[in-house]
Amino acid sequence: MANIMVRKTAVGTYSFYLPKRDLEDAIVSMEYDSADKWGGEIRLNNGGAYYIEPQALPARFPISLRARRLDAAE
Amino acid sequence: MSELTREETEALIQDVLEVYPEKARKDRAKHLAVNDQSVEQSKKCITSNRKSLPGVMTVRGCAYAGSKGVVWGPIKDMIHVSHGPIGCGQYSRAGRRNYYVGTTGVDTFGTMNFTSDFQEKDIVFGGDKKLAKLIGEIETLFPLHKGISVQSECPIGLIGDDIEAVSKKAAKEMDKPIVPVRCEGFRGVSQSLGHHIANDSIRDWVLDKRDGQAFEATPYDVSIIGDYNIGGDAWASRILIEEMGLRVVSQWAGDGTLAEIEKTPKVKLNLLHCYRSMNYISRHMEEKYGIPWLEYNFFGPTKIAESLRAIAAHFDDHIKEGAERVIAKYQPMMEAVIAKYKPRLQGKTVMLYVGGLRPRHVIGAYEDLGMQVIGTGYEFGHNDDYDRTIKEMGNATLLYDDATGFELEEFIKRMKPDLVGSGIKEKYVFQKMGIPLRQMHSWDYSGPYHGYDGFAIFARDMDMAISNPCWSKQTPPWKKQPASGDASVPGEAGELKKVA
Repeated sequence: MANIMVRKTAVGTYSFYLPKRDLEDAIVSMEYDSADKWGGEIRLNNGGAYYIEPQALPARFPISLRARRLDAAE
Repeated sequence: MSELTREETEALIQDVLEVYPEKARKDRAKHLAVNDQSVEQSKKCITSNRKSLPGVMTVRGCAYAGSKGVVWGPIKDMIHVSHGPIGCGQYSRAGRRNYYVGTTGVDTFGTMNFTSDFQEKDIVFGGDKKLAKLIGEIETLFPLHKGISVQSECPIGLIGDDIEAVSKKAAKEMDKPIVPVRCEGFRGVSQSLGHHIANDSIRDWVLDKRDGQAFEATPYDVSIIGDYNIGGDAWASRILIEEMGLRVVSQWAGDGTLAEIEKTPKVKLNLLHCYRSMNYISRHMEEKYGIPWLEYNFFGPTKIAESLRAIAAHFDDHIKEGAERVIAKYQPMMEAVIAKYKPRLQGKTVMLYVGGLRPRHVIGAYEDLGMQVIGTGYEFGHNDDYDRTIKEMGNATLLYDDATGFELEEFIKRMKPDLVGSGIKEKYVFQKMGIPLRQMHSWDYSGPYHGYDGFAIFARDMDMAISNPCWSKQTPPWKKQPASGDASVPGEAGELKKVA
């Protein structure tokens, strides 16, 4: 499990940040992205994949979350 | 030198890598790249933030340098104790020219060196008692200090001293903040982790101290983050931001105070100049206090105008008008500077090798003068820095990460730029080759370079370096012909024989 931060960019897409490794990247796909179910498997631009426990859409961004690494790019 | 094509630049990299043993060559090849603006992800072309190879000359610093030298050091009304043997503190004392206002030794302490001067017995028996005693002495001798930070040097982590416990106890007795910073030099691969550790310690020990306290806010409160006031940079930036109608609540960390840092969570927008060293705290404030942050660039009129407009876009029409007014006001001054120096500098080439933000931020300023940046690189940049750099650099230019002394020398010998922008460790090597160098860490004891006023100085300095007639009269020592029959003049061959 890793602590990650998800923020919204100026153009409305999600951006992923992993403080431990100073890794910042765009989220290209998210399994669930609706008001009542949000999260699931996320894919990063660099090819990495993480899993966020599905939850209600966070009230505000950025938000720090715990995520499970499915597939790291490096 | 005329522009290189992509193939030529690639061939150059291969040539330079030739001398390394195979394993080292494989590793270093990942850190050298030819810029391709179509690449969106820097990691596809360049690897960064990795441990330097043993045996090559790197110019990186350590975590202590990142914390004490960069982030904490400039906070002027706190005392930053270099906890450990004396050298780290002494050799990092006042070298960064973080200007500040105040009476040194009375209410400000920026250029002083406070250290616990570890001896053998402290390593054997632990240094906690010494630290407690030292904090007491500081309180007696410098009662006007606002707080203390304990900057750990390597031995503290190795012997396992509990600086947190000492700090907590003393802080309670003194009723002033004492911040233990675990920035032992061996942590991380470069000073970059030191920045991160220092940001985290500000977050944990300082930032929330005034939460819930009354604050007379205005809708135009901003803070300047990541400007270290080198040669007065932060001042040159601050006047522009104030002129457009914003109120600068805090300066991090050049000429900054502890009170300013504690008040930062009350601002409406964080203006981030040095992304590399202070993005961590900006991200934290964005999440906890909902303060957006914005990267800006105050080098050269083009980028300044862009940045002022981007800053104004976060506010109402009053500020937007203010930004236009400021841009218009300085326009004639900038045109005069460019008219004076551009004809002298047009078409000259520059290679940069610096840290932090400058390998990409100063490109615009050079372009404003008609110069061209043909190579750039970071000492300790990360992927996200290169992501931002690729867009700024021209196609087929050279990128180098954590360049070794050998690589940098070879690149510069082959590419023959008209100017090199780097640090003191490179300065005399290249100047003896007959290539002018300006230090882009300390502005070569000049400055400021930020803001409109800074650009005038920047242009003058670059012209002064390049147009100096001495460079063509310089012959590097290895090209000198030994005088015939005079054995007392050590020629190249003679020198080598002696060593052999």
